[in-house]
Amino acid sequence: MLTVEGLSSAYGRIAVLHEVSLTVAQGEIVALVGSNGAGKTTLLRTISGVQPLTGGRILFDGARIEHMPAHARVGLGIAQSPEGRQVFGPLSVEDNLRLGAFRRQDAGLAERLAQAYAMFPILREKRAIPAMSLSGGQQQMLAIARALMAAPKLLLLDEPSLGLAPLLVDQILNAVVSLRDRGMTILLVEQNASAALAIADRGYVLETGRMVHQGAAQSLLADPRMRAAYLGL
Amino acid sequence: MAEFLQLLFSGLTVGAVYALVALGFTLIYNASDVINFAQGDFVMIGGMGTVFLAAAGLSLPLAAFIAILAAVAAGLLLHRLAIEPARGASPVALIMITIGASIFIKGVAQIVFDKQFHSLPAFTGSDPIALGGATILPQSLWVVGGAIVLFIALYLFLERTLLGKAVLATAANRLAARLVGINVKVILALAFGVSAAIGAIAGVLVTPITLTRYDIGTLFALKGFAAAMVGGMGHPLGAVVGGILIGLMEAFGAGYISSTYKDGVAFLAILLVLFFMPRGLFGGGSVERV
Ligand SMILES: Nc1ncnc2c1ncn2[C@@H]1O[C@H](COP(=O)(O)OP(=O)(O)OP(=O)(O)O)[C@@H](O)[C@H]1O
Ligand SMILES: [Mg+2]
Repeated sequence: MLTVEGLSSAYGRIAVLHEVSLTVAQGEIVALVGSNGAGKTTLLRTISGVQPLTGGRILFDGARIEHMPAHARVGLGIAQSPEGRQVFGPLSVEDNLRLGAFRRQDAGLAERLAQAYAMFPILREKRAIPAMSLSGGQQQMLAIARALMAAPKLLLLDEPSLGLAPLLVDQILNAVVSLRDRGMTILLVEQNASAALAIADRGYVLETGRMVHQGAAQSLLADPRMRAAYLGL
Repeated sequence: MAEFLQLLFSGLTVGAVYALVALGFTLIYNASDVINFAQGDFVMIGGMGTVFLAAAGLSLPLAAFIAILAAVAAGLLLHRLAIEPARGASPVALIMITIGASIFIKGVAQIVFDKQFHSLPAFTGSDPIALGGATILPQSLWVVGGAIVLFIALYLFLERTLLGKAVLATAANRLAARLVGINVKVILALAFGVSAAIGAIAGVLVTPITLTRYDIGTLFALKGFAAAMVGGMGHPLGAVVGGILIGLMEAFGAGYISSTYKDGVAFLAILLVLFFMPRGLFGGGSVERV
């Protein structure tokens, strides 16, 4: 579904990604792990088109998209729940969700809204209040639900568990699994590598802008080098 | 009492115009962080355009309509040719660009129009209406009524339509707006176009009362900017309240103290606000951003 080939990206003159390649197949959860500042967020931003690339290609469903503007990529079916939540603070929870469907004003909108509320009932309770008055965990749920409102084919999740209580982390990772079980394709970025690999089908390890490991999630979890360097085991 | 009412009416009339100009500042500031000092020139294009098109034989409504379209075109060009290419520039540089654009527009207006003062006939006669011992011009009712209609229309657009929400979303978080698929370039162009239309409509409404000239925009920009600052930059309701406050202060200051310093009132208001409540009455964007 998604193929990234030899992708490079930079902030100004500082190169951050060096010829990174990755594929995500229909219906799988792919975990992208790596330490602080490895470039995981930059890679997701480049896939979404909000960060320029300096080289390489991005293919989505076989078509080149690396020069498409960000809004067109959402239209193709790539939605992202960004790092740091990035909710529309002054707007109500429900407005945030409706804006998630900005490119997908179809008959299924009401149903997706109902699904989002079923997945995170607290959001229904708080639907009329400004998003900025939600707690961090609730904002994270809102960011994920907002991305789902676009009915994406590919969902990019950047650190959905960052700063959340363990119970909430489990709830969110369970939600990710159930999305996959319903047929969605997911690229999941996590600093918490073992939790991410535990629910993923395959995994990639990014280190200072380069892909250094890849493989089935189970074998990465079992790999002694991985366990020492990234899993803290 | 009659004098008080008289001053109140005239203060509300100019205040309504300042509020409209301030609303134009607010809309553009919210969508793009730009303080557009060419905002007053949209008022001029609306007024002067209508004067000259009407003089060329067009009916008043048609002339006004075309003048407003011309202002919208100017707003879109301002965005496309001056603001968009300077994306990422510092706020001060962007302010300089809008001041430059304002000077340019005045230069063009001098050539296309002329350097004289002009007026328009009042829309529905100029017989003053007596009210509680004071009088009010029918045109003042047009100004205040027109402003109220525009406020309501803008409110409904922003609060009740998906496109309006997209403007608010872009103002709140531009990265997130792009990630949900909003084309923020189009939203910014929309903000400039709508601001220009609001300014031009204000110009059409007020020209029968205040006269207009190619350089009238400077004064409106300063008053509108002051109103937006007093209300809290970026806050729509603040813009309206700020505009009316400055209009009233000017009218009462001129009536009870002296009209010599009428145009100084706006500056006094800015200074007081910067001193005592730097975020404005309604707590908009901080002044550091200016
Ligand atoms: N806006 C920016 N301007 C300049 N450099 C940046 C910017 N954002 C990130 N960087 C740098 O790019 C590198 C990769 O950052 P990125 O945020 O993509 O890493 P990450 O893997 O997501 O890290 P984290 O786990 O902390 O979220 C880092 O060295 C970071 O300092
Ligand atoms: Mg990151």
